[in-house]
Amino acid sequence: MREKRYENEHKVYIRVEAVFHPDGRLLPMALWWENGRRYTVDRVLDICRAASLKAGSSGIRYTCMVHGRRTCLFYEEDRWFMERPD
Amino acid sequence: MSMKERVILHADINNFYASVECLHRPELRNLPVAVGGDEKLRHGIVLAKNYAAKATGIRTGETLWQARLKCPGLVVLPPNYPLYLRFARFARQIYADFTDRIEPFGLDEAWLDVSGSDGLLTADTIRERIRRELGVTASVGVSYNKIFAKLGSDLKKPDATTLVSRENFQTVAWPLPVEELLYVGQATREKLQRYSIHTIGQLAAAPLSFLRGIFGKVGDVLHTFANGRDQSPVMRLDEEAQVRSIGNSTTTPRDLTCDDEVKIILFVLSESVCARLREHGLLCRTVAVSIRDNALFCFERQSKLPAPSHISAEIAGTAMQLFRRHYSWPRPIRSIGVRCSDLLPANGPLQLTVFDDDTRDKLAALDKTVEALRKRFGHFCIQRASVSADQPLGGIDPKGDHIIHPVGFFREGMLK
Repeated sequence: MREKRYENEHKVYIRVEAVFHPDGRLLPMALWWENGRRYTVDRVLDICRAASLKAGSSGIRYTCMVHGRRTCLFYEEDRWFMERPD
Repeated sequence: MSMKERVILHADINNFYASVECLHRPELRNLPVAVGGDEKLRHGIVLAKNYAAKATGIRTGETLWQARLKCPGLVVLPPNYPLYLRFARFARQIYADFTDRIEPFGLDEAWLDVSGSDGLLTADTIRERIRRELGVTASVGVSYNKIFAKLGSDLKKPDATTLVSRENFQTVAWPLPVEELLYVGQATREKLQRYSIHTIGQLAAAPLSFLRGIFGKVGDVLHTFANGRDQSPVMRLDEEAQVRSIGNSTTTPRDLTCDDEVKIILFVLSESVCARLREHGLLCRTVAVSIRDNALFCFERQSKLPAPSHISAEIAGTAMQLFRRHYSWPRPIRSIGVRCSDLLPANGPLQLTVFDDDTRDKLAALDKTVEALRKRFGHFCIQRASVSADQPLGGIDPKGDHIIHPVGFFREGMLK
């Protein structure tokens, strides 16, 4: 039985460039927003499992500095998503 | 007491299936939502519901059409078991940060032995983490035994911690109706009511000899439970309950009316049971068949196998023989099950017979090949001809659709 996936307008699945480090850490390096623009991840501030009530899911949340702004990327099983900004 | 007091938690994720669905579908969160089985397959009952649905009086286990009568705007979602399994795993990962004594009870509940730590603080921390990390809520009962811990987790919902201690159990647990106690079902409750035993306190005060007279050995258990004297340990995660039987049953898409239809279902079920026997590296010596007719009358009959087996043709053959011997079709059949017990490890020494031919080896190899194909290409890539003759009946995938039910509480070595 396959897991059914859920999509909604508040959840944006994005393309992410990430690096697997030899010690097992997985760190996002850059992301592509819906408009096709690439943004570099300047710094990862925090990594923890967290739910996003807004986007409606749970995943590993990477709190990052992207283009001078605090941004949360969620790694959900095998995909990355972000909450759509208000 | 010579031993230090135990600290047992019982964590229960509130409305588990419905909560996980509502987390993933923000647009439904404020609507009455139920997760329900497939009505076309006659599995149309409420498996879980959120608080908005609960407020309309809908109860778990009732049929979806009854539920819709109570709440015309009810949103019914099909279950997404793989997702629930994933969330159950996340919850267990959280529990594992506090103890290695975790005994799951179904997908959404677990007992934790956190003796030596502050029970209330641990319970609150676990709840906070479940809410923050999983986006659902849990109720946690804290006590000195498993029975009262479970009772506590049912008392306050959602997202609450309840303490049932040696000091307060007489005021917290005893006034509750007796059916709040684990394993007091409808039948036991009705029996107790005949003797004017309505609350857990009344049960606790009843003389042991009197309870033994009514319930036999179970009387001892009820008395122990009600008085908070249950000593059963919380299993370690790695010493998972020894499997004592493996079974599968199904409510068929339509009532069965002849032997040929029963044969199809028995083959489908036996294949799934055998696949699971093999997964656990087990053979069985006893096969049982359970039948429920359309008047909901049910019974089970069992029989020994000539040799230990996990060969689906043998299990299904024995099941069919049992069925033929014990059912003369007084009524059509609504649901049917196959259960294998008397298990032993497949890699242990086996008694061979002098006249062994290689038919059994071939059948076992055939089963293995079929399973390998199904793993790669899906359940329906290969089927027995007899099964594929009737698509609605043969089209059941009991292994893939298998739901994890709470394991029995009464295991060997417990509650003696």
